[in-house]
Amino acid sequence: MNRRIAFFAICLTVLTASRETVGDEPLIADLDSHLVAITAGFTGTELLLFGSIQTDGDVVVVVSGPKQDVTVRRKDRVAGIWINRDSVEFTSVPSFYRVATTAQEGLDLPSSALRRHQIGIQNIRMRGPAGAMADQVATFEEALLRNKTTVGHYDPIPGVVERRGGRLFRTSVLIPANVPIGTYTVETLLVQDGRVISAQTTPLFVNKEGFSAQIFRQAHLHPMLYGIVAIFLAGFAGLAANWAFRKI
Amino acid sequence: MHIYLPIAEISVNILVILGIGAGVGFLSGIFGVGGGFLATPLLIFLGVPAAVAVGTGANQIIASSVSGVLAHWRRGNVDIAMGLVLLAGGVLGSTLGVFIFKWLQSLGQIDLVIKLCYVIFLGIIGGLMAFESVGSLLRSRRKSALGQHAKLHHHNWMHGLPFKMRFRKSKLYISVLLPAGIGFFVGILTAIMGVGGGFVMVPAMIYLLGMPTSVVVGTSLFQIIFVSANATFFQATLNQTVDVVLALILLVGGVIGAQFGTKIGAKLNGEQIRSLLAFIVLAVCGKLLLDLAIEPSDIYSIATLTPKGTVQ
Repeated sequence: MNRRIAFFAICLTVLTASRETVGDEPLIADLDSHLVAITAGFTGTELLLFGSIQTDGDVVVVVSGPKQDVTVRRKDRVAGIWINRDSVEFTSVPSFYRVATTAQEGLDLPSSALRRHQIGIQNIRMRGPAGAMADQVATFEEALLRNKTTVGHYDPIPGVVERRGGRLFRTSVLIPANVPIGTYTVETLLVQDGRVISAQTTPLFVNKEGFSAQIFRQAHLHPMLYGIVAIFLAGFAGLAANWAFRKI
Repeated sequence: MHIYLPIAEISVNILVILGIGAGVGFLSGIFGVGGGFLATPLLIFLGVPAAVAVGTGANQIIASSVSGVLAHWRRGNVDIAMGLVLLAGGVLGSTLGVFIFKWLQSLGQIDLVIKLCYVIFLGIIGGLMAFESVGSLLRSRRKSALGQHAKLHHHNWMHGLPFKMRFRKSKLYISVLLPAGIGFFVGILTAIMGVGGGFVMVPAMIYLLGMPTSVVVGTSLFQIIFVSANATFFQATLNQTVDVVLALILLVGGVIGAQFGTKIGAKLNGEQIRSLLAFIVLAVCGKLLLDLAIEPSDIYSIATLTPKGTVQ
């Protein structure tokens, strides 16, 4: 309920602001929060993206996570057990991907534009190995998309961008509990007559926070110190246990 | 009640982890074994990445070994000289083991090797125990009490090795190469399997070295503390696979479970204990083997190489 009030309040400001100062801006969009904090009890969240357009057309929202290198491995049966055999490495793969649009029946855009703006899961840009067998790599790429979809980092089905009163739009982006950390980009596009006439990019930060985050950070920044602390913690726990149960 | 494990990077029910700790502690209390060889596979079944289960296993074993060795220390059942020689081999072995671990991880084969090691060792140990307990059950039925006394020491090739040393508490005069070699081998297992290795060390000390049974467990625990500390240090430094939160929850459960286990263990007789343990070991082994043999739902899997920049 709070969220809905906030949405209308913000939209009102956007609307009045757009009338007075940025009247020529064809597209304005923003997120209700630019920070997702992953704490010990984090179970996922929902972000609200909203904005206004000054002309007719369709709105597309593409959320993509920080780029990663991903190794895809295929298992084969060797002597009765399943063993990883062939592998293909992909570089600059978005760790997270969501798309949403007002055009549920399909966008009026040529495939080159869809590919350029990475609209749709099949248009995600990733670099495969150079000079490898194309059809071989294609199966591994499919497997990558499938695995990312299974863990919930990708969603092959485009979400819905709702229109409100002709000029306003909103959509919600579901952030799952296992969301990768890093800096995300949220790209909002305005499509008219088969081309993108306006675009706006908004950053989104996903960080680990609190006690768990501190531990993760220390483990990676000061691995030696972390190891020593882990050893002493366990050693003292053992001593304490022995002492406590001798008293009982 | 869920808690997010910072290194395993999964959200788990804290009660389940406490339960695993308590269950393993209970069994180790009954059987007098470390229990690492049960805790690590159970964590893997729960969805903890195999590498993290192993690194954390090594960490948790420090606590149970410290707690266990003190009782033996007070009774004078620790052969420090022998422990130090085993330890010298163990430190080398566990360091090498962590490097092997890192290499296998980069090949994408670490999960397979961990599981295969478990299948092989659990299969051998469980099989031997089952065989022995069935045999002795049959023998006790026949009630044949043949007073066979084995010779204390067999003289063989091992006694021809150089660098002989006297171990007073163990009443042995043997080459240091033998215990150091055993320590080295068990050290590798500690790093790759996340176990203390008592289940290999104890039989090796009795049957290969000919140590008196009274000092075997104490000496084994004594050196396990340092070998698993070494493995923890290198797992944390090279692989970042030690989850202290997971280790602490496990050991709290373990300490409580062990106290009850010791009381129950005192009431059961040796043969019942051994058949029960054999059954549990074989069951875990069977489950791991089945997981390797059944066709996975997706034969493709993905692994993300965490770029350095994401750590903030």
